[in-house]
Amino acid sequence: MTLDQAQQELIDEFALFTDWQDRYEHLIELGRDLPLITPEHKVEGNLVRGCQSRVWLHAQPLSPSAPLGVARVVRFTADSDAMITKGIVALLVRVYNDRTPDEILSGSTDFIDKIGLREHLSPNRANGLSAMLDQMKRYALAFSG
Amino acid sequence: MSTEVDTVEKQRYDIAAIRAQFPILKEQVHGRPLVYFDNAATSQKPRRVIKAESAYYATINANVHRGVHTLSTLATEAQEGAREVIRRHINAQHAHELIFTSGTTAAINLAASSLGQLLLQPGDEVLISGMEHHSNIVPWQLACERHGAVLKVIPITDSGEWDLRAANETISQLANCRMLAVAHVSNTLGTINPVKELIAGAKERGIVTVIDGAQAIAHLDVDVQDLGCDLYAFSGHKAYASTGIGVLYGREELLERMPPWQGGGEMIDQVTLEKSTWAKLPFKFEAGTPHIAGIIGMGEAIRWMEDYDKAAMAKHEHLLLEHATQELLTIDGLRIIGTAKEKVGVISFVIEGVHHYDLGTLLDQQGIAVRTGHHCTQPLMERFGISGTTRASFAPFNTIEEVDAMIAAAKKAVKMLR
Repeated sequence: MTLDQAQQELIDEFALFTDWQDRYEHLIELGRDLPLITPEHKVEGNLVRGCQSRVWLHAQPLSPSAPLGVARVVRFTADSDAMITKGIVALLVRVYNDRTPDEILSGSTDFIDKIGLREHLSPNRANGLSAMLDQMKRYALAFSG
Repeated sequence: MSTEVDTVEKQRYDIAAIRAQFPILKEQVHGRPLVYFDNAATSQKPRRVIKAESAYYATINANVHRGVHTLSTLATEAQEGAREVIRRHINAQHAHELIFTSGTTAAINLAASSLGQLLLQPGDEVLISGMEHHSNIVPWQLACERHGAVLKVIPITDSGEWDLRAANETISQLANCRMLAVAHVSNTLGTINPVKELIAGAKERGIVTVIDGAQAIAHLDVDVQDLGCDLYAFSGHKAYASTGIGVLYGREELLERMPPWQGGGEMIDQVTLEKSTWAKLPFKFEAGTPHIAGIIGMGEAIRWMEDYDKAAMAKHEHLLLEHATQELLTIDGLRIIGTAKEKVGVISFVIEGVHHYDLGTLLDQQGIAVRTGHHCTQPLMERFGISGTTRASFAPFNTIEEVDAMIAAAKKAVKMLR
């Protein structure tokens, strides 16, 4: 599945819900399926700055010993002490997990608007959301090249 | 609902009439009528204040004090008229004891910077309390760092108060305390502090007293002479006026001795390239063109408040507070942070297993505006061992029905989150 397809899949999924309550319940549900960060990585150093709730994000390159010419991908794990934030980070992880550093670096948060969670993109809160994606990009950059 | 209070000069406490004066209350949020419970962060503005500011821009906009033309005279008269209205409201002796700043934060920075320069020596102490807003902590930390002084803290009780006896004891243990800076009302907890009594004790020891009145001005009758404080800081925007305007009140004798904070136009007497001399009060502390529209709006906001019986407004807010307290406690696992006997209409709470960010987000989806987080009081959060709270803060236009809507919305949110 391409990056675009993964985003479209989420947009379609959320299009089924007509009211805020169903949308947020689904978001919270997605948060429960988030690939959880392991306890040894749930540390101060992995906290994403700029969120009102705490978000831990860890990344590792998958198959780091892949032969030359085979694109490496990045696998993310995360957690948050707030359920909605956990849902938001789960959306990002679902879209950007197992992507190449180049794909991640080209990523944006635009699809969040299309799934009806625009309020999380305002500069007020987006500190959290854009900080999460920035952190993912920093990992991607570190694993590229 | 409507609460009626018998007064002769003051307008009746007619909540529908009060609501009609706030245009924003007609707005919808996520398709629902706005319930605004974030008044401690910033109050909404009555039409009169909005009109006064736009009338200034539409009819008399000009720079103040220096112009010889008519508009400048009118703008100056309007600005200085507002200063007089605010003086009367807080019962300062002189209008020139009121310095216009951009808000409480700037007022306290002015106080800390100037007083620090005037008074602080290495080894001196500055005393604050454990419930202060960061705006009443950080400026003093900066002043202490600059002059080698030490910041000391009055401890907070489990109910979210400082005990007067304990506070006086803290003071008596300090050998070189020069300044005391405390909040009149806590922004996070709503606690009304017995500042008058504390000021009296501090004055006996020659300690300069600075009161952060940001949360008091909209709720209490503030009388700076009765309080006996040296300086008193407050903002316009928390009391129905614009953002970007505030006041530092200071006793004339002290202000005369304090050095200027910022340099620029309006604050000088003579400038040569070698040395400048300062303008008289209050202009010594008012460098640059002031927020003229904001000042005029602040005067109008005070007049608006004075049209009502403040005691009746306080009584109404107290009613909302009591109802909210009682009903919130029916939510399983809810704990109120700040249970002082004397409180303004502010209620902070935590719910077991529910993050304040989640609760705030889901309340917003239901049209209810509350504040979540540490409320710029991280040391206080640490004192209670929490990362943040959800805070509802009431205004005279809020209703019991709105409180009920918040309780129902909170219950729905908790159900979704557990």
